[in-house]
Amino acid sequence: MSSLTTAAYLVSSVLFILSLRGLSHPSTARRGNFLGILGMTIAIVTTLSNPGVLSYKEIGIAFLIGGLIGTSIAVKIQMTALPQLVAAFHSLVGLAAVFVAASAYYNPSAFNIGTVGSIPMGSLIEMSIGTAIGAVTFTGSIIAFGKLQGFVSGNPLVFKGQHFINLLLGLGIIALIVKFCIDQNQELFWLIVFASFVIGVLLIVPIGGADMPVIVSMLNSYSGWAAAGIGFTLSNNLLIITGALVGSSGAILSYIMCKGMNRSFLNVLLGGFGGEQAASAGGVKDDRQAKQGNAADAAFMMKNSKTIIIVPGYGMAVAQAQHALREMGDLLKAAGAEVRYAIHPVAGRMPGHMNVLLAEANVPYDEVLELDEINRDFSETDVAFVIGANDVTNPAAKTDKTSAIYGMPILDVENAGQVFFVKRGMASGYAGVQNELFFRDNTLMLFGDAKKVCEDIIKGLEN
Amino acid sequence: MSEISNQLESLSYKAQQIANEASQLASSVAETSGGHSDFIIFGITVLVLACFVGYYVVWSVTPALHSPLMGVTNAISSVIIVGALLAAGPVDSNISKYFGLVAVTLAAVNIFGGFVVTNRMLSMFKKKQ
Repeated sequence: MSSLTTAAYLVSSVLFILSLRGLSHPSTARRGNFLGILGMTIAIVTTLSNPGVLSYKEIGIAFLIGGLIGTSIAVKIQMTALPQLVAAFHSLVGLAAVFVAASAYYNPSAFNIGTVGSIPMGSLIEMSIGTAIGAVTFTGSIIAFGKLQGFVSGNPLVFKGQHFINLLLGLGIIALIVKFCIDQNQELFWLIVFASFVIGVLLIVPIGGADMPVIVSMLNSYSGWAAAGIGFTLSNNLLIITGALVGSSGAILSYIMCKGMNRSFLNVLLGGFGGEQAASAGGVKDDRQAKQGNAADAAFMMKNSKTIIIVPGYGMAVAQAQHALREMGDLLKAAGAEVRYAIHPVAGRMPGHMNVLLAEANVPYDEVLELDEINRDFSETDVAFVIGANDVTNPAAKTDKTSAIYGMPILDVENAGQVFFVKRGMASGYAGVQNELFFRDNTLMLFGDAKKVCEDIIKGLEN
Repeated sequence: MSEISNQLESLSYKAQQIANEASQLASSVAETSGGHSDFIIFGITVLVLACFVGYYVVWSVTPALHSPLMGVTNAISSVIIVGALLAAGPVDSNISKYFGLVAVTLAAVNIFGGFVVTNRMLSMFKKKQ
């Protein structure tokens, strides 16, 4: 690698770092994205100028096809479907890593790592580890995509001996890698790929739909480590630096999500949490009656309040209610109320999902606050309007030590003067725990589709 | 005097011999490891330092922008296109080149998709008027 190439790669690494740095505030974020594009352009142009790269025509066609597909998907995708889009994109990074590693195995001289059959040990180790991580990322992301899109049941799929099988497979892959590094046998290479594909599926199937924020972040992290692994094979610092950035980013996001649920990463990974199983186990039948209200009551009460905090959850995304919700907020603001939004760290199906949906509906970002920014204010708030969220407001997390969600940080909506709960029915949330809040004196349930309820309230406000 | 110069001569001869052996040893090491042995340690150094950079940079990202963060990281992790381009580079067609071309296509989907969708998300974040 010439020093000019190395320098160019360094420039693009720095641009990638600055691109993430730009995301520290919405006002600098778009510039950050632009710096990322610039960094990628420099990386690609530099690689194309490598003397070994000659088949510009084929590369151009491949690049164009990929670019067109990527752009058209990204332009069309609905913002509520972002989590599955990101999962699908992760799977492509994983698969690309497998193909690059396979290509390096069949033609090592293109990467300056010896010749076929006599690839140095170091490169073999890096190659096989990169392949394994890439393959796990590929199938794992596909299952995550399926669960988010609804192709695969969102319920955790657990069976006896699951973790034992995973352990055996994991050890098997390590053994295959060791054998491959000694023999350089091509069957062994594909066996590693295949075994990693299988373990990728097995790792994700036991994990419930609502744990997907953690999983999507974790796969984000994996795709980074796969890139770093390939970076070692190519002796390329750019790939290592970028891989490390992405890897640590995904890991930090997973950590934040786990903390938002007060669960350990291992607990999420072992799976089996939530879905029907937990609901039947924990869903004790409750004879108490929750007070039920209608949209007209809610409209009247909110019109006469001074401060309102809206708590959106995944149910809002499912019902595509963000636009109607914003319209409702605008009318309330016009009536003289202060309207703000409170976001729980694990609301939605990916980190920051609610913020994007509210931004899409033209809610200004300075009205949208995080849990620790707004949680104290509930006690001075007239109305808390919970729409499509449940577990994240359950006071049992603070008081009931036996509860599945004990210790999870929650939004203290119960401290507000009046609580409205927009829900489709009385069913318990993902954790399968009954929400005490439904039976409080200051709680009124508004049953129905989130979007429909918002529209009815809007009608009430307009009259 | 001549004794000393003789000694000096034999010493320098020995030094020359040792240097020759060392260079032979170095080249044989380089052969067996493909000139790679230095890079592993160097690469690990870079990896560890980059993890620290990543740690501090990512913690400074505001939680409201965690979805765009995933979009950007998704796009830049497709920097493995560098490897794909090298694989697809040679003129002669063989399986390795086709693998490379597939990888170029996959990475391109991700690069364009990732940056475009992030730009879409970010363009929606507006301040209060």
